[in-house]
Amino acid sequence: MTAEAQALKARKRYKARLYYKRYWTLYAMLALPVIYFVIFKYIPMTYLQIAFKDFSITKSAWEMDWAGNNGFEYFIKAFSDRDFFYALRNTLMLNLLGLALGFPAPILLALVLNELPYKRFKKITQTVAYMPHFLSWIIISGLALQLFATRFGLVNTVLRNMGFESIQFLDKPTNWVWTYIFVGIWQSVGWNAIIYLAALTGINPELYEAAAVDGASRMRRIWHVTLPGLRSTIIVLLILRMGYIVASDFDQPYAMSNTLVTSVSNVLSVFVYNRGIKGTQKSLAAAVGLFQSVVGVIFVIGTNQIAKRFGERGLW
Amino acid sequence: MIKAKSSKIGDGIVVFLCVLLILLCFLPVWNVFVRSLSSPQSLIKNDVYLWPKEIDFTAYSLVLKDSKYNWSLAWTAMLTVGCTVLSMTMTILCAYPLIFDKLKGRKIINSFILITMYFSAGTIPNYLLFKDLGLINSPFVLAIPFTLSVFNMIIMRTFLQNIPESLRESAEIDGANPVRILISIYLPLSTSVIATLSLFYAVGRWNGYSDALFFMPQNKTYYPIQLLLYFIIQSKESVEAATQEGFSTPGASDAIKAAAVMFATIPILMVYPWLQRYFITGVTLGAMKG
Repeated sequence: MTAEAQALKARKRYKARLYYKRYWTLYAMLALPVIYFVIFKYIPMTYLQIAFKDFSITKSAWEMDWAGNNGFEYFIKAFSDRDFFYALRNTLMLNLLGLALGFPAPILLALVLNELPYKRFKKITQTVAYMPHFLSWIIISGLALQLFATRFGLVNTVLRNMGFESIQFLDKPTNWVWTYIFVGIWQSVGWNAIIYLAALTGINPELYEAAAVDGASRMRRIWHVTLPGLRSTIIVLLILRMGYIVASDFDQPYAMSNTLVTSVSNVLSVFVYNRGIKGTQKSLAAAVGLFQSVVGVIFVIGTNQIAKRFGERGLW
Repeated sequence: MIKAKSSKIGDGIVVFLCVLLILLCFLPVWNVFVRSLSSPQSLIKNDVYLWPKEIDFTAYSLVLKDSKYNWSLAWTAMLTVGCTVLSMTMTILCAYPLIFDKLKGRKIINSFILITMYFSAGTIPNYLLFKDLGLINSPFVLAIPFTLSVFNMIIMRTFLQNIPESLRESAEIDGANPVRILISIYLPLSTSVIATLSLFYAVGRWNGYSDALFFMPQNKTYYPIQLLLYFIIQSKESVEAATQEGFSTPGASDAIKAAAVMFATIPILMVYPWLQRYFITGVTLGAMKG
């Protein structure tokens, strides 16, 4: 009995040795990425405690004193700060408008491209439509400054020649918001359509043939065959997008902003930058960042759950 | 007959929409290009729209003579190449081991990595960490902390997983170790995804400016081109306010701004159309795995 057990043990050990002899290189490869994630993704999480502490330059994050109000001092301060309130409002406003107008745009573009009968022309359209995605926000804001300039911009010159008044696209808060949304769609619509176009190639061509035999019009074909084929892609992308509802991009609003429109262009990421990096309110800014991350996770989990309830695959 | 006619009208509408889209995407860039080539006088008179007036290369020669701009362009190019190589190496090192089903602890490592995609500590904790590591105002802060993108790693992993396992198994039976299998089987088969992800990383680095603004504000020598451009474009007066060189006719500074924008844009515009076939697969793979 003991001999048998010993033999079994020895075999197990032999197998383990064989396993590590064969695969130790895989662990060696993973070492560098894992160290990277520990240092640059997980260690910053330990610094999050400064959101609950009074920040001090001379002490480490572990040694700082807990903030008042059971550590929630800076969350309370943030939520009673007017600038934070405006930043939150602007973030939600820009993201919701971006979602409402920007989410359907690539779907519509994919539908239009899918109806295009000329292959070469389709490819040219796609190539040109991807281009804005490769421009930096600095360059795009430079383009916007020149095109939308009130006196000399191309758009306003055309408007005036057509007999309209010129419009202050970038200098009036309300107009700035719409310009921002429009430019955002302009930058991303072609790129985001790629996924939908890929999903469209997965639709069984027999469905189109059957629809044609039944005499379905173009619109009916789009409605009953094409759109249902995109359904699960649309839902997965919607979930991903929901996670970003309070997350705020920095590059676009900061590049496009100017002193006349800060009342609508200061979003949470700009608030964090102004207070925590340019300014010295590290604890307050960290609290706002933590708030954003937590709400983002809640939104992703929430939408995923809802999608599953409707019988969709979801993210996990 | 009636059906054919209505579908022809439909085709017409579709073609019209596509032409409109092409113009909408192309004209803004074209307009700046035309302005960069026009003489200062015609820019002041405001009659440059779709065709350059009095073609003039002064703006380009001035930008080319500006040592600050040139250095930033060269430095950003070097940085982009270096970062792309580093990022691709890390991405492959991370993705390849994770396709081995037999790898013990694979699931744990997987979720350990995925969590960071959904929850990040935020800007301020990053700032404090970089400060403790001595990275603030060091050019390394542009290369190291954001080198590996989980999203790109997933694209890489999905692609590697789609390569038939039988290839790997037969090589293993022949006694090849994982490193050998990676080099002689997997890498040669993944050139398309490597091209795609390199493009993603390179574009991200070339176009990025906020990391330099946050973490390297005082080290002006190593400003990447986009941050320098930000100051050039935002400066109400002219380029020389940002770079202290060039000359000071008001119209000229407009042309110089346009030329500065074009120089930073042309490299990418020349590369991406050739990689189109590849990045479409890349984006699709990324979407498949969420």
